[in-house]
Amino acid sequence: MSYGVNNDTKNETIGKVDWVLVLIYLALVLIGWFSIFSAKYDEMHPSIFDMSQVYGKQLVWIGVALLLGFIVLLLNAKLFKPFALVFYFLVLFALVAVLVYGKATKGATSWIDLGGGIKFQPSEFAKMATALAVAYYLDGNDVKLENRRSRLITYAFIIAPMLLVLLQNDTGSAIVFVSFIFVLYREGLPYGGFLMVCGVLAALIFVLTLVWTQKVMYIVLGSLFLLCLLFYILTKKRGIGKMITAFVFMFVMVFSVHFVFYNVLQDHQRVRVEVLLGMKEDPKGAGYNVHQSKIAIGSGGFWGKGFLQGTQTKYDFVPEQHTDFIFCTVGEEGGFKGTFVVVLLYVAMLLRIIYLAERQKSTFARVYGYGIAGIIFMHFAINIGMTIGLMPVIGIPLPFLSYGGSSLMAFTIMLAVFLKLDAYNHTRL
Amino acid sequence: MGVFIAVGVIFVIKLFMLQVVDRHYKQLADNNALRFVTEYPARGKVYDRNGELLVYNEAVYDLMVVPKQAKDIDTVKFCQLLNITKESYIERMTAAKKFSSIKSSVFLAQISKEDYAHIAELLRRFPGFYFQTRTIRHYPNAIAAHTLGDIGEVSPAQLEKDDYYKQGDYVGKSGIEKFYEEELRGVKGLKVLMVDVHNREMGSYMDGELDRDPSPGKDIYLGMDANLQAYGEQLMQGKVGSVVAIEPATGQILAFVSSPTYDPNLLVGRQRGVRYKELQDDPMKPLINRAVSGTYPPGSTFKTVVGLIALQSNSITPNTVFSCNGPGSVPIKCTHHHGGAPDFANAIMNSCNPYFYEAFKTTINNSKFGGVKKGYKYWKDMTYKMGLGHTFDTDIPYEKNGLIPSVEYYDKMYNGQWNALTIRSLGIGQGEVLVTPLQLANIAATIANEGFYYPPHLIKCFGDTTAIPEVMTTKIVTGVEQRHYQTIKRGLRTVFNGPAGTARRLEVPELAQCGKTGTAQNPHGANHSLFIAFAPADNPKIAMSVIVENSGYGATWAAPIASLMIEKYLTGEVKRTDLEQRMFEGKINYLKER
Repeated sequence: MSYGVNNDTKNETIGKVDWVLVLIYLALVLIGWFSIFSAKYDEMHPSIFDMSQVYGKQLVWIGVALLLGFIVLLLNAKLFKPFALVFYFLVLFALVAVLVYGKATKGATSWIDLGGGIKFQPSEFAKMATALAVAYYLDGNDVKLENRRSRLITYAFIIAPMLLVLLQNDTGSAIVFVSFIFVLYREGLPYGGFLMVCGVLAALIFVLTLVWTQKVMYIVLGSLFLLCLLFYILTKKRGIGKMITAFVFMFVMVFSVHFVFYNVLQDHQRVRVEVLLGMKEDPKGAGYNVHQSKIAIGSGGFWGKGFLQGTQTKYDFVPEQHTDFIFCTVGEEGGFKGTFVVVLLYVAMLLRIIYLAERQKSTFARVYGYGIAGIIFMHFAINIGMTIGLMPVIGIPLPFLSYGGSSLMAFTIMLAVFLKLDAYNHTRL
Repeated sequence: MGVFIAVGVIFVIKLFMLQVVDRHYKQLADNNALRFVTEYPARGKVYDRNGELLVYNEAVYDLMVVPKQAKDIDTVKFCQLLNITKESYIERMTAAKKFSSIKSSVFLAQISKEDYAHIAELLRRFPGFYFQTRTIRHYPNAIAAHTLGDIGEVSPAQLEKDDYYKQGDYVGKSGIEKFYEEELRGVKGLKVLMVDVHNREMGSYMDGELDRDPSPGKDIYLGMDANLQAYGEQLMQGKVGSVVAIEPATGQILAFVSSPTYDPNLLVGRQRGVRYKELQDDPMKPLINRAVSGTYPPGSTFKTVVGLIALQSNSITPNTVFSCNGPGSVPIKCTHHHGGAPDFANAIMNSCNPYFYEAFKTTINNSKFGGVKKGYKYWKDMTYKMGLGHTFDTDIPYEKNGLIPSVEYYDKMYNGQWNALTIRSLGIGQGEVLVTPLQLANIAATIANEGFYYPPHLIKCFGDTTAIPEVMTTKIVTGVEQRHYQTIKRGLRTVFNGPAGTARRLEVPELAQCGKTGTAQNPHGANHSLFIAFAPADNPKIAMSVIVENSGYGATWAAPIASLMIEKYLTGEVKRTDLEQRMFEGKINYLKER
């Protein structure tokens, strides 16, 4: 360990750590633990420390995660950058290994059984590894996103783990990688704003194609196109070619959305989207989950029903309540005040990370900060959005709150690395 | 940064709407002990060919439990109400929990209408418990137990395989209940009810949007004639064996008797398990359907098959004569003294053993095949085409193949050294050859049709327009020309109306019966009495086989039973009451022999 630990800066590091972020982190972890206790409360095992229950186990995970986080803070910050790529390729290797040796749970093959009842989910660590790798690459001397070659290599760093995770059938985790668009936008990706507008437009076309059907979309787009054409001809404006190109793309998009949705997506994925868009009722499947989740949260009222008093929880109405649907317990027992505090904590955490990232001297630390902010944000937005019916049902955990060792450890280490980078840069001041 | 704040604000607004503004969810939660009540469809009914009801449904009530909702139960009172012991309560509850603590399972099955009314009144004191209506089968005629089969609780293996079923569901276990399970069962409906903490039903969840009505199962009409079936069962009382009657023009089974049989109403209700065990332990094995699971040496009835193949292969003609020395014949004795050298028609009428041994020998030694093994291969393939040595795979479960030995079988048995003399017993339906009563009845149907058959099956049609499986309506041609069948047919007529016919005492001119007796030696004791028959000769309406185990000559038991069945089916009433009486009362003492 002596190689990794830098004795000179040890005490200073702890002192310089951003305590605001640490406190937000601890608050979320504790809320998570109590929520898990409440969600899985069993009268036969009334102690929150009972190791035979998931709430007891979560305490162990919290302990291990804190220990790992602490060790990270003791490491020499200079090591992070050189080890970024090593870590990245180790994780890629693990992702391939999962595809070969993995265990399938609930349709996704994302676990490696390490024996002794310990299972490991590399995709949880892939997000952080990618943030490190992108940060490493963009910190390079002659790397600029205006440069085509640099752009392509950056994309490759993001897309490789994303594809591997997608191959595991873990769509939720794969979508999280989309968050790197924030990083690239911050780092000056040309047409960044344009791309985001295109993204919104594409999402709109996607939704409308499915809700209105392909035929209606062709008619709507066709009429719009004729109107634009008339406008261009009458005003004799320039750029008629670009306008036509844009419409061609939209037509192709409508066609491919229809094709992908009905021919490429798997049944369970299609059902989830259909349920969200109100195209289909699926009472006992995805629709049921969301409906029950909304009932649980909605029934909490302003003040909530109180700790351990949630009735929806008791009868197991919401499936996966201690993992992906943990926010329901917060909503039911904590009420609006509880959900407000949790949302506030997340937003505060994200803003704090961005604030800290902006004050970093090194590109590596800044990019990494933006990277993890994006990752946490995607989890936060998709997971809570799902429980209140604003997003389709996508199975990804709520960071720091959901039950699960891999997830908690990965997010803790991810945050600890950033805290250390920040503290180290401060020390040098 | 703007995005983070924007999403945060959207979430907070949505949460505020959801939690503070909209009280709808609060109400939903109050009633949100949901109960998924399965609405069981009425299982399809079963009728005979004339529309007589054979199987219908009776309502019973299952007490269901959702273990996790069953809290604060006063077990003493509850056990009193149900009339069960505390141990039984714990046992049932443990079993239910083992299946699932949040899904419902059957706590106490099949409660009668009277008990139901009493218990239902007091049930609301016991949260987590509720009633589910179900139907059980009832058999008004108490006939055809083997054919109709029974239903019972779904097995764990089946539960795992097919997610249509849940614990405690009933499925077809045997007979047509099993084969037509998917058609008979219908489609379950679902009612989602909200239940408050006092176990009161508060109405439909989401205004019944999730509810689905059950759709009833399809009715089935069998080819069976209920009167003929009942008559057959009556005739076979006190005897072990089977009666199979087929409508030659369609392959539909008119009567399917396996004796001893049992009352299908025994295997219904809560006592099913106990009674099933009793039937299983019965030394006479009433559960076995001998008509398809029993294999017998066909004896002289097989001479029809041997004769047909000999004629088709041009090994003999109807005018061919072989000499017979009566009981002094070699290598096979004749049981009759018909003197001189019979021709084909004579040999059939007299059931002459030496004639058919010679016909068999001439066939497989026929020089056009080039060797006895090739000749035998041809002979075996022909029997296969005629419906022997294999199952029909229609809707009849537990069919056996029977046995027509292959060339390899004999090679192994005789170290490759065998010829017509070695396997001579085959020529008279003895030795290794085994057939099921169903195969034998089909042989009779094929002769009646003069050269083709439809694979024998139980169903006539569904209650709706659904077509029955194609295998049952596919005409199969045996490969023996019609003229040879006509020769055989004439011969089989003389069995009744010829001067020396083996069934001449059973001749009733207006029935125009055709048949062939068989007396099969077997290793299980006295000879089996066999008979195949069809009638009327010109336009056969019924073809059948009768086997009475260990009862002696074919003409003594099997032939009279077959003849009475024919009379009953063709004329509706039996005039030969003396004969009928003798058959009703005839008992073979089996247990003494074994």
